[in-house]
Amino acid sequence: MSVSEPVSAPGAADLRPTRHESFLAFDRFRFLKWAVILVALAIVMYLLVRPYGRPYGGGWTGYTLGTVGALLILWLTWFGYRKRSYTENAGRLAARLSAHVYLGIALFFVATLHTGFHFGWNVHTLAYALMCIVIASGIYGVYAYVRYPRQMTENRESMTTVQMLGRIAGIDDELRGVAMPLDDATVAVVERAITDTAVGGSAWRQLSGRYPGCTTAMAIAHMEAHAREVAPANADAWRQTRLKLEEKGAVLQRIRADIRYKALMEVWLYLHVPLTFALLAALTAHIISVFFL
Amino acid sequence: MAADFKIAIVGSGPAGLSAAVHAVKLGVPHVLFERAQHLNDTIFKYQKRKHVMATPEVLPLRSDLDFREESREEIIDGWTRSVEEAKLNIRLGVEVTAIKGQKGDFALTLSTGETVSAEFVVLAIGVQGNLNRLRIPGNDLPFVQYQLDDPDEYTGEEIAVIGTGDAGLENALALAINNNVSIINRVADFPRAKAGNIALIEAAIKSGDIHHLANCEPKAIEAGFLVCDTADGAGVRLKVDRVIARIGALPPRRFVESCGVVFPNDSPTAYPPVSETYESQVPGLYIVGALAGYPLIKHCLNQGYEVVEYIQGNNIPPADEPLIQAKLDAAKVAMSVSELVAAVRERLPLFANLTALQVREFLIHSEIHHPAAGEIVFERGEFANSLYNILDGEVGIRVNPDDPNEMVRLRRSEFFGEMALISGRRRTSTVVATADSLLLEVDRNTMVKLVRSEPTIKAGIDKAAVVREIKTFLMPNVEDHVLADVVDSSTVFEFKPNEKLIEEDADDDSVYLIRKGSVTVSMRVGGKDVVLAYLPAGNYIGEMALVTHRHRAATVTAASATEAIRMDSAAFRALLDRDPELRRKVEEKLEQRMIERNLLSRNAEAGDLIGFLVRQGIGEATDVLLIDESLCVRCDNCEKACAETHHGVSRLNREAGPTFAMLHVPTSCRHCEDPHCMTDCPPDAIHRAPNGEVFITDQCIGCGNCERNCPYGVIQMAAVPQKKPGLLSWLFFGRGPGPGEDKSPEGLAHRTGGKHAVKCDMCKGIDGGPACVRACPTGAAIRVDPAGFIDVMRRGQ
Repeated sequence: MSVSEPVSAPGAADLRPTRHESFLAFDRFRFLKWAVILVALAIVMYLLVRPYGRPYGGGWTGYTLGTVGALLILWLTWFGYRKRSYTENAGRLAARLSAHVYLGIALFFVATLHTGFHFGWNVHTLAYALMCIVIASGIYGVYAYVRYPRQMTENRESMTTVQMLGRIAGIDDELRGVAMPLDDATVAVVERAITDTAVGGSAWRQLSGRYPGCTTAMAIAHMEAHAREVAPANADAWRQTRLKLEEKGAVLQRIRADIRYKALMEVWLYLHVPLTFALLAALTAHIISVFFL
Repeated sequence: MAADFKIAIVGSGPAGLSAAVHAVKLGVPHVLFERAQHLNDTIFKYQKRKHVMATPEVLPLRSDLDFREESREEIIDGWTRSVEEAKLNIRLGVEVTAIKGQKGDFALTLSTGETVSAEFVVLAIGVQGNLNRLRIPGNDLPFVQYQLDDPDEYTGEEIAVIGTGDAGLENALALAINNNVSIINRVADFPRAKAGNIALIEAAIKSGDIHHLANCEPKAIEAGFLVCDTADGAGVRLKVDRVIARIGALPPRRFVESCGVVFPNDSPTAYPPVSETYESQVPGLYIVGALAGYPLIKHCLNQGYEVVEYIQGNNIPPADEPLIQAKLDAAKVAMSVSELVAAVRERLPLFANLTALQVREFLIHSEIHHPAAGEIVFERGEFANSLYNILDGEVGIRVNPDDPNEMVRLRRSEFFGEMALISGRRRTSTVVATADSLLLEVDRNTMVKLVRSEPTIKAGIDKAAVVREIKTFLMPNVEDHVLADVVDSSTVFEFKPNEKLIEEDADDDSVYLIRKGSVTVSMRVGGKDVVLAYLPAGNYIGEMALVTHRHRAATVTAASATEAIRMDSAAFRALLDRDPELRRKVEEKLEQRMIERNLLSRNAEAGDLIGFLVRQGIGEATDVLLIDESLCVRCDNCEKACAETHHGVSRLNREAGPTFAMLHVPTSCRHCEDPHCMTDCPPDAIHRAPNGEVFITDQCIGCGNCERNCPYGVIQMAAVPQKKPGLLSWLFFGRGPGPGEDKSPEGLAHRTGGKHAVKCDMCKGIDGGPACVRACPTGAAIRVDPAGFIDVMRRGQ
């Protein structure tokens, strides 16, 4: 090695990260620590300060917890804006997401203590319930973000979506060629497997990765069922068609799994974001009804 | 007897024509001889619709002929009009066969047999009139041609193109659209062509559009056939309708010498020397344009104008005078331009061999600094852009980053900054002016050109660089005289990517110091090459065999274009014996290396990771985007952030690019040490900022050379997109397009009619660093520099 150290940028230390670090572990779990402190303070307050003798959303304990909770909700919602403000220098988004996750979970404790465990069929509990769903969907999101990226990479084996689709188109071309000498019924199912390739589609298909009417699977099934009826002259074409169909099946499985992982990493946002806005509405109603009605 | 004319101009290319038109303007009796049947044969013979550049852009045009960047046809039309208006005295189709006599009484013998006399002669015949011809039987058959005017004239023919320089390749590519083209190549690759043309021709060969006959030597041309020798000895007889040979042009030396001009050396590419007023050694005989070594059209036009002025006795300052004067004024230096030129030639030995004209030319691209004592010239850690020369004063190099007072002093005539210029890496030391100084900073591209064309400059820089490199990287505390033996016995070697510096089991024992590029160290384990280490510039290698007296234990391969200083083993060993401190350091390092190697040779995956990253260009990168795919949630926020901060076009493609062990290298600029994109940019629009960002300025003309030259496919030709609404008005009112949504072109105001090259500029000028990294919500995206690669590479361990 060199006697001299590698030269780095002049002036102040470079603020850019130099190694990969998950948002969960950001800065040695800085925001997890914050969240734990926040929750601990809330619990202490809840247990020690009971101005009216019993837990209750009012009183200065209740108002404090409520105010902290409401401000947290607004701040957490602002993430949607922050995420898209690319031009402002507001630090790393990963730091913000780390805080978003841990403080969002802390919010659950703060708000639950704020309720004093009084629930009923009213707008107050509605706001609480919406908040719980938003937080729960967010926790699922964290789970998905931790679990699926690795599986997705392993499934892809360095191919891009475009390359996988291109491979399918290539196999289709080859299939048309090799299936040509076969009997009409087989040619028909192969042709269907070529023209009706299902990738993506309904939310359920995307999420489950199941495609019950898969024409490629049907063509394979057809060939399996009729394997004994092949004329000896066509045996080679039959085998090649079968192989190509299997190959296409494998690529399809890969691309469908890819779509599934992507869907699993995105689906929770369809709850998380709209319900956040519902939560804001219910929260507004809750505050107005408490203070002004 | 009075001469027939005051000025006889030979050749009607840009220089000759410009001179003749100016002679008319000044009312000077003149005659213009042109061998061809039309004027301006050089541009006439350009390929049809060729887009002609007006470089150097900063140089003002000084000619009665109009000239700007436009097509061949527009230039010819414009000049034809000017010539008609000017009523020149032209003799078309007349060749000047001999020039005799002296100032005031030259006799020009013409191909018509007449002789005319003139007081002065301007030789503007260029080099294109002296095309090299094949020296094989049949070289003058009617279907053999040495130039190509219009490739569209030929369709459906079998054409053989001989010559693999740019002209040959460009012809082959244009002809291949409508013909069957074979390219005849003496070797297997294209060492003489521009990288952009090589990329195009290789693609055409791969796709089958052009047939490539490698290692093939033309032997004879017969009716309808081209006969060649091939490497396997079998030979080939190629059926052809046409043979196009583009094998260069040379200064018509014999003719020029017959006029009494003496060339400086025997090199076939040597140019006749001229004075600052373009006068050759023969008084009264002036040489301008390509023949004097100035192939650019703008230079030719200016020189044509100026030479007439000089002959008339008007000592007008050269066209670049105000540009250079402005630099002097800006630096508050009380000096005239000619004083500066003289100072450069007298005080800087590096440039002593350049003519005043050459010095002026590079001064246009240089900066003059006038730092007061104590002022910092550049800081350790900045990226290199230039070489500094001391015209006056003194500077100190801070050799110890921890102690600013420990300095090596350099004085008048010396230069500094060459180490980073060579390695393409960050400056290794801070340099401060220790007295009021006058410094000349020559920019990188100019330096690269000078080094290529002037061997003495390269030798001069290398001599100083080797000493400084050995001292900086190996033995900072050793006196120069102790090093003398090692320095004198060392040689600089260049290695192409994948070339081996050291082979396992060989029994040589020299030590290499890598000064540019990077290498990998690998070992054969169980029949397979296992990469053990990656070493960038600044490291030494090969000491193991020297210390242990054994055969080479590992193979060292260049990971990118690499330069290494080979130090003689005996001299190096003597140095170790003399300096126990150095020996201890070297031995310590050796031990550490052996331990690391042992660990790595048992961990093939870590080695594979290094191999993978090196294949992705890390070996020549200064800053590269790496994505950890176990963290990446494929939200593409990095791409959106890139697009939003760069006029709507993302400069990175997150999904594309290979992945290894969860480490993904997306298609995004590596900011190479020696950027491939910079090698052939006609308007010189690609630059490197002090922080290392390689970026493209608005000077881009959209030619696409950089896109073709980039081996990593990270430059795109993009249109200027439409204006975006504010984020909140998109969020609340649905005003589109939203973040990262729109890539459609609108309002194409660019002079190229639309596209220009875009690439990652590492968010230069944006606070907070690269937007892609800032916008990554999960911490999957990071950008690392060579110091960080080592960390990343240890992931696998």
